[in-house]
Amino acid sequence: MAILSLNDIAKDKVESVQAYSVLAGRSLSNLFAQPRYLADTLLQADSIGVGSLPIVVLIGFFTGAVLALQTASTLQQFGSLSLTGKLVALSMVRELGPVLTGILVAGRNSSGMASELGSMKVTEQIDAMRAMGVDPTKKLVTPRVTATVTMMFFLSIISDLVGLTGGFVISYLLLGLDPNQYWTTAYQALRFGDVFMGLAKPVFFGFIIASIGCYYGMTARGGTEGVGRATTQAVVSASVLIVVSDFFITKLLMAFFQY
Amino acid sequence: MASPTHPIEQTQPAVVRSTDTLLRFEDVSISFEHPVLDKISFQLARGETKVLLGEAGTGKTLILKLALGLLKPDAGRITVLGEEISAMREQEMYPLRRQIGMVFQESALFDSLTVEENVAYRLIEETGQITDEIHARVLEVLEFVELAQTWALFPSELSGGMRRRVAIARAIITQPEVLLYDSPTGGLDPVTSNTIIELIVKQRDVYHTGSLLVTHRLQDAFTMASHYFDRAQNKMVPLEDGSRRNVHTTFLILRDHKIIFEGTAPELLRCHDPYIREYLS
Repeated sequence: MAILSLNDIAKDKVESVQAYSVLAGRSLSNLFAQPRYLADTLLQADSIGVGSLPIVVLIGFFTGAVLALQTASTLQQFGSLSLTGKLVALSMVRELGPVLTGILVAGRNSSGMASELGSMKVTEQIDAMRAMGVDPTKKLVTPRVTATVTMMFFLSIISDLVGLTGGFVISYLLLGLDPNQYWTTAYQALRFGDVFMGLAKPVFFGFIIASIGCYYGMTARGGTEGVGRATTQAVVSASVLIVVSDFFITKLLMAFFQY
Repeated sequence: MASPTHPIEQTQPAVVRSTDTLLRFEDVSISFEHPVLDKISFQLARGETKVLLGEAGTGKTLILKLALGLLKPDAGRITVLGEEISAMREQEMYPLRRQIGMVFQESALFDSLTVEENVAYRLIEETGQITDEIHARVLEVLEFVELAQTWALFPSELSGGMRRRVAIARAIITQPEVLLYDSPTGGLDPVTSNTIIELIVKQRDVYHTGSLLVTHRLQDAFTMASHYFDRAQNKMVPLEDGSRRNVHTTFLILRDHKIIFEGTAPELLRCHDPYIREYLS
């Protein structure tokens, strides 16, 4: 394997960012051009949304439960156990719901997209598609991006709700909190800014998951080993980007809503 | 070769207008880490079949990909069906590519789609679904390649030779003006290879489609130059001695980034270039 100079490495990285930007931009601009491949979008929505539902529900429930368990001991020291519902609601809706759902969907679907498109790339199926006059970004990328963005939005809402339920189960069964008190504090704690933040983040995360997965798939090289590498890189990059972008989106929205 | 029960209706002109140029390469160069093609020029006339020969790595497949616009040349002009594609954007090339058929080296069939969906891919793009008309059309082309019974199977359930024939069916379903074959007999046994060559000869002589064919097998190239498809017998037959029938097949040999020979089979056999003599031996 040839040793690359720093210059070559830098050029390679810049080219990758440029290629990713072009692909991501085209996945959006394709929304305004025919054909739109609605059937492919629905198929992907089923695979991403319905397929991810069980793990999102499971992880959401136990995250809410453990959040209630952990915070209750601290709150009890200050005699504020009644605020458990408020804490679970704010944590789940603003942060944990979208981020955990994003990381779960990235692990399940970013890898799936990278391996599926990567296999198509190395077996010349993407070239065959181009050769037949079909734009692979329209046929393969845009339906996945649209479906992931839409499904992430709904999956995050479900995750928030299930997380709150998990917190409630622990608060009621183990901490002996009044159900009415839990749900009232949880409900009253949420302001418009919190809900907006919780609903805006999944949209960005969904875009990151699908565009990164498709990018690594469409640029896979080197046979089955290359497909494996693309799959791993897709999951790692999507997960890291979700966490990093979460910080910046949070900072931006906090400034906007004057927290 | 068995007779297809429903031959496809002929829509191409029976008379070959050899003056029409389908494809033109003018001083085309491309290099990756090192030069692969250096200022090569040739053209493909309507109804003509050009067989690209040369050692591995001389850029034969690259020529097909350049002709399709899948790759851009570093220099030179490529004109396809009267349109210069070397300066076109990817999006502008999609309508033009619909008039070109390509058979990839490893078939490149969509493995998650059935044979019917693969063959009808271009037509489904236009209609959105498989209509009765499309289904009938798929069966016609599959009968042309003698695989009508496989329409509901997946590519993984077919042999290598069958996959190549399905790839040919997919390429010809829209009756393109140009066909590009990338090593269609590569890795196949002699009997299956002969079946594939017979299909290519049939396409050449029945529909007069202009084509570029990349092959490593000299015997395939000479079979194409020495046989024609007899519609009465519905099979490929050798040219009689002294026959003046024009099979519209020429050879093009690549070496060291250049075209070192372009001409007919008899011209190739008469060539005294030491490399070509060795290549043919």
